[in-house]
Amino acid sequence: MSAGIDLENVCCDFGTFRAVDNANVSIRPGEFFSFLGPSGCGKTTILRMVSGFIEPTQGVIRIGGEDVRGKRPNQRPTALIFQNLALFPLMPIWENISFGLEVRGVDKATRRKKAEDLLKLVDLPGAADKMVSQLSGGQKQRVAIARALAVEPQVMLLDEPLSALDLKLRQHMRAELRAIQKRTGVTFIYITHDQGEALAMSDRVGVMSQGRIQQIADPREIYNNPVNGFVAGFVGENNVFEGTLGTVAGGMAGFDTAEGPFRARISAEAAGKPVKLYVRPEHTLLSATPGHENSLPVTVTEVSFEGAFISVHAQTEKGKILVAEIRNDGQATVPAMGAKLYALFAPDRAALLPDANVRA
Amino acid sequence: MQDLLRRYGFGLTLAMCLLVAFWLVMLVIVPNITLFEQSFRPYLPVTEVGGPKDVYSFNNYMKVFDGDVERSFLGFTFHIPVHVYTFGLTIFYSMVTTVICFVMAYPLAYFMAKIVNPKSLPTLILLLFIPLWVSEVLRAFAWWIILAFKGPLNALLLGVGLIEDPIRWTNMGYTGVVVGLVYTYVLFMLFPIYNAIQSLDTNQIEAAEDLGAPWWKIHWRIVLPHSKPGIASGSVMVFMLSAGSLLVPSILGSTTSQWFTQTIDQWFKDALDWNTASAYAFLLLLLCTVFVTVAMWLFKVKLSDIAK
Amino acid sequence: MHNLRLNLARIYMVLFIIYLLAPLVVMSGAAFNDSKLPSIVPWKGFTTMWFSEMIADQRMMVAFANTLWVAAAVALISVIVGTASAILINSVSGKVRTALYGMMISTILIPGVVIGISTMILWTKMGNALGTEFFLFNPGLHLSVLGQVSYIAAMVMLLVLARLQSFDAGLEEAALDLGASHTQVMRRILLPHLYPAIGAGAAVAFFQSIENFNVTQFTRGGADTLTVYVFSKVRSGITPTINALAFLLILVTLVLAVIYELNRRRRARIEAAREAEARRAEAAEL
Repeated sequence: MSAGIDLENVCCDFGTFRAVDNANVSIRPGEFFSFLGPSGCGKTTILRMVSGFIEPTQGVIRIGGEDVRGKRPNQRPTALIFQNLALFPLMPIWENISFGLEVRGVDKATRRKKAEDLLKLVDLPGAADKMVSQLSGGQKQRVAIARALAVEPQVMLLDEPLSALDLKLRQHMRAELRAIQKRTGVTFIYITHDQGEALAMSDRVGVMSQGRIQQIADPREIYNNPVNGFVAGFVGENNVFEGTLGTVAGGMAGFDTAEGPFRARISAEAAGKPVKLYVRPEHTLLSATPGHENSLPVTVTEVSFEGAFISVHAQTEKGKILVAEIRNDGQATVPAMGAKLYALFAPDRAALLPDANVRA
Repeated sequence: MQDLLRRYGFGLTLAMCLLVAFWLVMLVIVPNITLFEQSFRPYLPVTEVGGPKDVYSFNNYMKVFDGDVERSFLGFTFHIPVHVYTFGLTIFYSMVTTVICFVMAYPLAYFMAKIVNPKSLPTLILLLFIPLWVSEVLRAFAWWIILAFKGPLNALLLGVGLIEDPIRWTNMGYTGVVVGLVYTYVLFMLFPIYNAIQSLDTNQIEAAEDLGAPWWKIHWRIVLPHSKPGIASGSVMVFMLSAGSLLVPSILGSTTSQWFTQTIDQWFKDALDWNTASAYAFLLLLLCTVFVTVAMWLFKVKLSDIAK
Repeated sequence: MHNLRLNLARIYMVLFIIYLLAPLVVMSGAAFNDSKLPSIVPWKGFTTMWFSEMIADQRMMVAFANTLWVAAAVALISVIVGTASAILINSVSGKVRTALYGMMISTILIPGVVIGISTMILWTKMGNALGTEFFLFNPGLHLSVLGQVSYIAAMVMLLVLARLQSFDAGLEEAALDLGASHTQVMRRILLPHLYPAIGAGAAVAFFQSIENFNVTQFTRGGADTLTVYVFSKVRSGITPTINALAFLLILVTLVLAVIYELNRRRRARIEAAREAEARRAEAAEL
């Protein structure tokens, strides 16, 4: 069983501070949806509103089509996985997992059975009688997931549950979480400030800044076609140029900068607003010969070998530093320090984007 | 309040508020207001209570100034009302007790907090706690035995040849009282100071040592200032407990020692004049509070430090 | 030089412990001295007759029983009131918290004489005003209970509040989120976390009540508690039966202390083993 969630014009104020501003999103049943943004952007507030710990100041929240305003956390079909997991330290693992059933008056034998089934599901059999303090970080993670699944929620809410883990374990748990979600078919709403996590796991991502949802799209779209400078900057690196917008035609526009004129993509919404030019380092090419457009002479000032790719810093004649990333396919030539080259980028790989969507 | 409701729901919040209200209102505020009100009424036979003579006055408080005694101090001879004199001595010897407790407790608190192996600390603390679990009356009684004219202390001192004749310890003014109070309350000084010193970063001490500070300077400039809140709360506890003690002065007092609580007790139990006892009790509470407040102001300690 | 100071400190600690414990030893020793006066010098031979006399002392036994029920009542009420206060204080903030907390703490500093007299006056006056002979409004040990609770509850409150500081409020939210009611959260999550402090609070309240003199002295009416009885004995004719009593009480205290200590060590060992296992699991994951 899984349910969709709809937020309609949801706002949340803390005193005079507006933590969430006019959020509209429709999350589909069985979807893995992430809210991505820096700390303080309002993503945790959204999660707490869905789980019922905070009531929205305005707007409607529906779970499975049903308006849940006024319903307390223990009356909603959601299960929250806390950032610090919030496992009950005084109960053995199986009681932790079956706590949600215990408070619903399920008898002990059924609860025990259910706990053991769930421990198998999260790949932790035989841990039923251990205490929380006996488990490693990754094992605690699994117990927290099992505990949330035990109440058969229609929606799972996860508040940066991986942030306390080591890098390697975190990557392992990403795949695990994704697999559990697919196995159970429950709708997952995932909160994180780690763009790698959000892009790798999610069906769709909502990027947030300063209380507003900036963009909702699948990970590829978010990365390749960010709607504004904030999204572009938050999900990846960019070379940014300031300048003035020229003529717009057929989704492309000219852009005059101190480094010279460029041509790049522009969306209909962006056309009327002040924009900047964004190019990703992996789309910035270095060449010995100039291109016929979007090309400028540079001098290589720094080369760092990162393993999978090579990051090159190159200075323009005006003194601006551009970053180019060359994929290390084993044969790539590494430019020499001080080499005089041309930086090029294809017009459809560069975007003219407005700044973040914030309250005036 | 919002937080309470959110965390515990309406029913539990109401129950908790009622319990707290029962405690603070019925057991603390109302009794003290009643005491205050009663202290202004005259002591009358039951039939006349509420009659024309039952009017408010300061008479009960004025009784403090009755009955002068002649005392000499440092060569000066002066007259002083006997209850004022008793009160003054109660405050004075409570202070003496507090200072002695501090001098005894500070070194041990430092030793426990910074030097003792942390593994053996719980056992040590348990050992120190034992006298605290034994009731106050028995602790005073123990010293009554020890200080007796033919008691073990005199026997010990005679035995090692420190004195030639036994000493009447319990007949030396307030000696017995102070000895008993120190023994009874020294732990109330030890633990707050211990807690305060424990929170001091040992690196600070080591840094000072490294910079060449002598040990006394380390204590004066680093450990003592840091433990000031602990010292303050310990001192307030010891002082208030001493000044309010009735058992120890009654058991270990001499014929020449009188504690202010004993005076209250006499009004209440012997004279059966509850109203004057109320007035005196209120005076004790008021003056001790004022004294502690002034002392805290002098030493620049805030109440919030003590409440830690 | 440093070593000298360290040794001095050790000697001081030992002396301090001797200072604390010697009076108790002297008092216990006197319980076995065959002398009409309670003392260990001169030693007139070993006897256990003071113990038999103690048991034969009807008044003392009555006082002992009174003490136990008063202490039990004080412990029960103080634990309930103190725990509720701690939880309440813990979730309010600002001026309300400062005022409430200040009022609660100040009860510890109010001289027992004041508490005793004020409690006595309030309840007897109320009885007079209502014109009732109901026992609640007469002097008696039940008033001692109320008077003692007024400050012992604050001690329990402090202990529970200290324990609450280490409580993760997220656990309450997690339980609510899993569908628990507020009562279930209290019973299954919050109270179990507080039990050690509540237990300690109950013990402190019990012993504080046993040793209370000031409040009891002014409220007890004609009834005796052990402390009051011992006090009257010390003032009038003392026999070493008091020492026999003291010896037994100290013995009970010691036994309880040892049990507590052994239990604490056992728990520490278990917890250390669990943490070691967690570290091993952690290492195996990487």
